[in-house]
Amino acid sequence: MTDPILSVRNLNVTYLSSRATLNAVRNVSFDIGREKVAIVGESGSGKSTVGRAVVRLLTPSAKITADRMDFEGKNLLSLSERKMQDVRGRRISMILQDPKYSLNPVVTVGEQVTEAYRVHNKVPHKEAKERALAQLASVQIRDPAHVYDLYPHEVSGGMGQRIMIAMMLIPEPSLIIADEPTSALDVTVKLQVLAILDDLVRDRGIGLMFISHDLNLVQSFCDRVLIMYAGQVVEELRGDELGDAKHDYTKGLLASLPRIGDRRGRLSVLDRKDSWSMPVEKRP
Amino acid sequence: MRRGLEAMMISNAGILRTRFGTGLSLVASILVTLFGLLALTFVIGRVMPVDPVLAIIGDEANQETYNRVYQQLGLDQPIYVQFFRYVSDMVQGNFGVAILTGKPVIDDIIRVFPATVELATLAIIFGAGVGIPLGVYAATKRDRLADHIIRFLTLIGYSTPVFWLGLIGLILFYAKLGWSGGTGRVEIYYTGIVQPITGFLLIDSAITGEWDVFWSAARNIWLPAVILGTSSMAYISRMTRSFMLEQLSQEYVITARIKGLSARQVVWRHAFLNIRVQLVTIVALAYGSLLEGAVLIETVFSWPGFGAYLTSNLMIGDMNAVMACVLLVGILFIGLNLLSDILYRVFDPRTRS
Amino acid sequence: MTVDTRQNLTLRQWMTTEEVTNGRQAFVQKVYWGAVGFLQNPLALIGLAVIVVLLLVAAFAPLIATHDPLAQDLGAALQPPSAAHYFGTDELGRDIFSRIVFGSRITLYIVMLVSVIVGPIGMAVGMTAGYFGGWTDKVLMRVTDIFLSFPSLVLALAFAAALGPGLENAVIAIALTAWPPIARLARAETMTIRSSDFIAAATLQGAGSIRILRHYIFPLCLPSVIVRITLNMAGIILTAAGLGFLGLGAQPPAPEWGAMTSAGRRFMLDSWWVVTMPGSAILIVSLAFNLFGDGLRDFLDPRHGR
Repeated sequence: MTDPILSVRNLNVTYLSSRATLNAVRNVSFDIGREKVAIVGESGSGKSTVGRAVVRLLTPSAKITADRMDFEGKNLLSLSERKMQDVRGRRISMILQDPKYSLNPVVTVGEQVTEAYRVHNKVPHKEAKERALAQLASVQIRDPAHVYDLYPHEVSGGMGQRIMIAMMLIPEPSLIIADEPTSALDVTVKLQVLAILDDLVRDRGIGLMFISHDLNLVQSFCDRVLIMYAGQVVEELRGDELGDAKHDYTKGLLASLPRIGDRRGRLSVLDRKDSWSMPVEKRP
Repeated sequence: MRRGLEAMMISNAGILRTRFGTGLSLVASILVTLFGLLALTFVIGRVMPVDPVLAIIGDEANQETYNRVYQQLGLDQPIYVQFFRYVSDMVQGNFGVAILTGKPVIDDIIRVFPATVELATLAIIFGAGVGIPLGVYAATKRDRLADHIIRFLTLIGYSTPVFWLGLIGLILFYAKLGWSGGTGRVEIYYTGIVQPITGFLLIDSAITGEWDVFWSAARNIWLPAVILGTSSMAYISRMTRSFMLEQLSQEYVITARIKGLSARQVVWRHAFLNIRVQLVTIVALAYGSLLEGAVLIETVFSWPGFGAYLTSNLMIGDMNAVMACVLLVGILFIGLNLLSDILYRVFDPRTRS
Repeated sequence: MTVDTRQNLTLRQWMTTEEVTNGRQAFVQKVYWGAVGFLQNPLALIGLAVIVVLLLVAAFAPLIATHDPLAQDLGAALQPPSAAHYFGTDELGRDIFSRIVFGSRITLYIVMLVSVIVGPIGMAVGMTAGYFGGWTDKVLMRVTDIFLSFPSLVLALAFAAALGPGLENAVIAIALTAWPPIARLARAETMTIRSSDFIAAATLQGAGSIRILRHYIFPLCLPSVIVRITLNMAGIILTAAGLGFLGLGAQPPAPEWGAMTSAGRRFMLDSWWVVTMPGSAILIVSLAFNLFGDGLRDFLDPRHGR
């Protein structure tokens, strides 16, 4: 691992409501350097919450605490909202799951990319538009000038996701949080998007937090994998060593994956243990 | 190869856009509704009253008039013939003669209508101009004190009888403070100076350079307009709040925040663009229901408009004039619906082809 | 948690535990949390309190009123509010407080009667349209739309004018304009219920349309229709007051609040209380119904649930 861009220690996210308090994320610690780090877990395990807590975009009812949440030498939790806006987009970006929902339906895709540049760079609209066209071309969109004037509903899912990536890259951030970026895409398109993300980490040396529920995908794609269950990281492994998992939950998950070529017996089902939800040790 | 695939996906997206049906079915649906309006007014005006002749001419007419009107209405004919004659009269704009003025009802309505439109337009400008920002603000302060206060105020706006608010406004702003000019469109000594050009007194007096009349008209119109606009303000702000809340929970709001936009920028540059369509619809609806408030507020302010015309004909029981007014309101409502449909297409790229 | 400990739960625990064992418990929990939310909504409670006060005032009007609402005393005309006349007197020397107290009966009479008429009409039209579908649905909904394409006061005015002024006719006129939203709601509910399996089961057992509508769909539609009617009550009060103001509602000397406001207009510049008092009564009662309805909507709308 290279020196960390983002270093998180004992992150907790708590939702307060009149009925109960919900500990969505408990004592999560990790570092991300210039590498691809996956956070894997089932729905409701808190993996997306971790991603959004880092950029402080949870609903007001969520309380975020951490011993440390340092990004490029700044403590993200103590920054003012104004300073945080400078970090968002320019230093940390986020790619969301489905471009059908994550792009504003009534603004042309080109304008949305241009806006991402203009938020952080005070340049004339024309110059920003040229940057946006170049950025669209860099994510393998063949006819940027044509695509620029389309509305989100007029582009395909794969192209939408590439536009999303272009939009998030244009201010040249050093960390990208990808929240299930390929779950809404077809298999072939999925591979193209992954290839773009892979190039980014290699060529530009940025960090990638890859949030996913797809074990098969992350073990081939990511350098390191954090397994989350019930708001905690239960295990941390190298991507290629996933087969050597020690935690019962990880093993159970791996066992329940269907494999091509296997005998078509019954897939194993997770036998959940209460002990998995017990608090894990804090990290200093 | 990929270009081709993308092109196909783009054209597929186009199919989803035709949510309004074809122009032909739109026309057919309007025609059916108009026919329904005619049938309804026919039933109210000619079938429901015990004696439709008396309903039109009043109790005090002599036997000769009675017989003439009886003949005119064709009450000796079967009901479907009567209805057919009614429809053909209405389609030709023949609404009969008003007892009150002795002129054709249609002429009366054309004369009084601009006063109401002027009032209602200023009212909706006030209602939307205050209601929309208030609703957006309440949405951004969801469940905080400001939101609760706005919610309570809009409920008061909903609950206040508009005629009573008008009277209180007159007591306060006319009698006590002298900020308003009182009842009517202008001070009594300015009436008749400006000849109607557009029928909108503010515009006509400005065109002819009669600034005294203009200021008098402005002093007289602001109070009824604000009071008339209050209930639509309450409605518009509540609807705006709920539309805005729906948009603020969308994913693209997160996207925009991630780009580094502030919460306020996201609201106005992104979420607001998405509620324009819905706002257009509810503002058009609110404009239509201002006609309802106008009936009461014009009575209170002696405003010589459509609402006052309707009520004064109600008082003397002239059903011909009343039904013409009711029919007109219905047609206006359909027109406003149609207009909001058209604006829908202008503002929402997903409905454009 | 084992079954044994579960049976030892107190009622409160049973209603709040996250481990729900059956459908009835889930329903009771939903109601419980809704009621908790409702009770935590002070505005809705105020609304409810005002409605209760209104009911009591109407029920015990003769005991509460200080004067005969119809007794004229020209010598004491247009007296300002005082200990003898809490809200002052009107142009005929009648006690405004007592008139407002008795006027609450008229307001409640209109609201109740309109609700009782509108419910069955709306449900009959809506359930028929929703259950039979096809052309029946098309025709009935088109008729509903035509009624909806008028502002309700204008249509009520037209009906009241055709029927002639009077309290009963005002009720009919308002009812004729208030049923379409109910019909739309009943139709939507019916269409959801119609496709359920238990309706299919009943059909297979040979139940006819009438039987299904009466015994299966009607009871399920009823709660939401009742709620909707409650929400409409504030609007009914305002329309009734508007008709009264225009002279098409209850006729003099009945102490109807809108008519009282109208009668006071000529004297309002010198005697502010003659319009302020009855108008405030309309405002407070319609606000109470709105506050209550608003709270009720939050309580019943799952999207507002927490």
